[in-house]
Amino acid sequence: MSETISSSSRERFPYKLRIEPWLHDPPKWYPYFISLVAIVAALVIGGILLALSGGDPFQSYAHIARASFGSLGVISDTIVKATPLILVGLACTIAFRMKLWNIGAEGQLFMGALGASAVVLIPLLPPATTPWIFIPAMILVGVLAGALWGFIPGFLKARWGINEIITTLMLNYIALALVNFFIFAVWSEGGFQMSPRFPKNAWLPRLADYAEQIPVFQGLTTHLGLLIGLGASVLVWFILYRSRWGYEIRLIGDNKEAARYAGINIYRNIILVMMVSGGLAGLAGVSEISGVVHRLQAGFSPGYGFTGIIIAWLAKLNPFAVVVVSVLFGALLLAGREIQPSGIPRMIQGIILVCLIASDFLLRYRVRIERKVQEA
Amino acid sequence: MTNSDNAAQKTGHKDQFVVEMRGIVKQFPGVLANDHVDFELRQGEIHALLGENGAGKSTLMNVLAGLYRSEAGEIFVNGKLVSFSSPRDAIDAGIGMVHQHFMLVPSQTVTENILLGLDEPRFRMQLSDYDRVVEDLGERFGLKVDPRAKVWQLSVGEQQRIEILKMLYRGADVLIMDEPTAVLAPQEIEGLFETLRTMALEGKSVIFISHKLQEVTIISDRISVLRRGKMTAAGIDTNKITRQELANLMVGREVIFSLDKQPKAVGNVVLSVTDLEAENDKGLGALQGISFEVHSGEIVGMAGVAGNGQSELAEVLSGMRANTGGKILLNNVDISNKSTRFGIKQGLGYIPEDRTHVGTAPNLSVTDNVIMKKYRQSPIARGWMIDQTEAIQFANELKDEYDIIVPTVETPVRLLSGGNLQRVILAREISGEPALMIAMQPTRGLDVGAIEGVQRLLLEQRDAGAAILLVSEELEELLTLSDRLLVIYEGQIMGEVSIDPQSGPSADIETIGLMMTGTPLEQIEAEGVT
Repeated sequence: MSETISSSSRERFPYKLRIEPWLHDPPKWYPYFISLVAIVAALVIGGILLALSGGDPFQSYAHIARASFGSLGVISDTIVKATPLILVGLACTIAFRMKLWNIGAEGQLFMGALGASAVVLIPLLPPATTPWIFIPAMILVGVLAGALWGFIPGFLKARWGINEIITTLMLNYIALALVNFFIFAVWSEGGFQMSPRFPKNAWLPRLADYAEQIPVFQGLTTHLGLLIGLGASVLVWFILYRSRWGYEIRLIGDNKEAARYAGINIYRNIILVMMVSGGLAGLAGVSEISGVVHRLQAGFSPGYGFTGIIIAWLAKLNPFAVVVVSVLFGALLLAGREIQPSGIPRMIQGIILVCLIASDFLLRYRVRIERKVQEA
Repeated sequence: MTNSDNAAQKTGHKDQFVVEMRGIVKQFPGVLANDHVDFELRQGEIHALLGENGAGKSTLMNVLAGLYRSEAGEIFVNGKLVSFSSPRDAIDAGIGMVHQHFMLVPSQTVTENILLGLDEPRFRMQLSDYDRVVEDLGERFGLKVDPRAKVWQLSVGEQQRIEILKMLYRGADVLIMDEPTAVLAPQEIEGLFETLRTMALEGKSVIFISHKLQEVTIISDRISVLRRGKMTAAGIDTNKITRQELANLMVGREVIFSLDKQPKAVGNVVLSVTDLEAENDKGLGALQGISFEVHSGEIVGMAGVAGNGQSELAEVLSGMRANTGGKILLNNVDISNKSTRFGIKQGLGYIPEDRTHVGTAPNLSVTDNVIMKKYRQSPIARGWMIDQTEAIQFANELKDEYDIIVPTVETPVRLLSGGNLQRVILAREISGEPALMIAMQPTRGLDVGAIEGVQRLLLEQRDAGAAILLVSEELEELLTLSDRLLVIYEGQIMGEVSIDPQSGPSADIETIGLMMTGTPLEQIEAEGVT
């Protein structure tokens, strides 16, 4: 019994890594800690890359931080960028909870913008209408348009089981083409790819609008969309965790068969959730054109809808975490505009993403370094 | 059996073990599956590894078969220390395992499956040569199977034979069988036992994992018992121990084998099924005109080998599958081809066959799982909201009443053991006070103690006036619990057996076995075959 049939005879390094599943659920703070570690690791990697390419990492980071959080003005700009991200992040969150892979938030966002513009530009309401009616009307039509864009794949999925990943993705292009049709042909202002400017009554109120009463707000562009986004995150949380409907969503998402067994109508829920998801993305579109650009124009979204997928995922489908992650992404988006070359923040964004996603591994496994035991 | 002769013959090389495991420790999230376990296997013996579900039997054997690596402990094969990092290492050392779930490619032939993953033939595949080899090997060990048949055409029993052949072909001297009888019909079990005995006579050693006392005492030479990760008995001669003693070693307390069953107080018809027809997932007729009734206050057992339409029957009754013909009346309301929710509203409780894929949502909490059928009603529902306080209170009540062992009701149910999970389902279904309860394999995979608990709950329901349809593959369980027994074969009912609490069943086991394999009761009675 002394002979050893050992497979590994090449033992030079006295330590070895052991990767093993967590035996107990890790403590509650652990996931946050790991996320923080991942971000720090990403910044270190990004710093090394910056240094290698001849830059000064510390200065660059300082610059990025200044560009997105350095003053009240840029903080406000960061929040403006974060606002649509919160809404599309929530749109993806509620759909992903039910394991409906809505990749079409971008298209739904465009449809929302189109719907809101229709109220102004057809016009469904005269330009002199009070904002108290104008803005709710734009929100309503925008949300409905987004919901319609969610209904189509939802219905196809529920009725014939057509893969929603494909349909939502394809509908993005249709929505984009539709919006282009309107801004190139119907509502084009002097042949440019944009509609005429909306009347002031159709603008979401901004902090700067109240600068006369509160001087600090001077020049701050944060608009009502932020409150809508925050309200929506509370609402989505309530729906998911406190309502009967949210219970159904979570049950279907976790085990469709069990939901069927509990007598839940899955078809109706697929359609409803896709519509709510589309509506939230549509709301992001309304908020963006009514709060920021004030007209319908090509390319007003730098892919918010797709970023929403990443945000929902990084926030682990938690509606409140969506807000935090959105602000982080808003900051990086803003820094991308401020910093030259603009690829740097984007690269860092990419590295952070990879690190965060990779760090998930550490939630499921733990890595131990141990000294190799001398086998007798 | 002739096990005693075998045992005597083997005493000559008693100190030489084929396999010796020392101090095996294996930990999983939340459980210590093997806690310093020792295990010894002699050459040419059938060694039963007995234990409740979750006792660590399969874990220990997976360590031996190279599937898991233990945290501590040593394995010696023929006296040599080995370390397996994959099943391939184990099979190279002569140790092969037949798992509960077969690992076969359905679209390939028997021979192809046996050759799968081997280095030979290197280039040109002359299958007919190998067909002969497989056939010869099968004949030698009484494992009759057509080498040219495609796996999907074969019965579960035949598929098991392929798995055994696979291991023998790879030169396994030690064969680990993980609960091999769970999927077999009574006749097939006898065939398997013959094969195992032949193998033992040829000098191969068999480890037989099971939690069924009866078959263990029939087939094994020696028995080792695991309880909660620890060996409570190591290598006891089978004929030196009684079943009662074994049961005690297994569960650590006296197990009552007979349940006190009151004479039935049958009420009115609750469930009436007439000429029911339905298709299975492949669109083939799974139920071919079934008619029966279940009264309040009785348990009607549905016996049959798995795959004869039982799952489809339960699904059709619960509204999860459409029927293509016939009628289902629940308290005189037609529930056929209605939604699942309609059935629930009419007072239908359903314990599904598949606890993890149908019965529960694994990542949701115990609370979320027990309110599955109550979340629409007050007090748990409050308008469009769910009253969390009420829900948690309800869950805690069930937790206490049904002894669900869980730290808090917020724990996700995926962390629960099989028995606890089944208690969650039972608690949920019984608390709905159903008029009709469909119980599909309610004790499958549970340990002896948990089985008894589940059976008691079903009897309590019956005595409280519920109508219960019990579908099970455990004949013993059906005979213990049922007032009447129906035997199903290929979607048709072969006959009915009434069971009196005092005088027992009106037909003997062989008759039931014949019905289970497709002979109608009238025919058996007419021909006088018993």
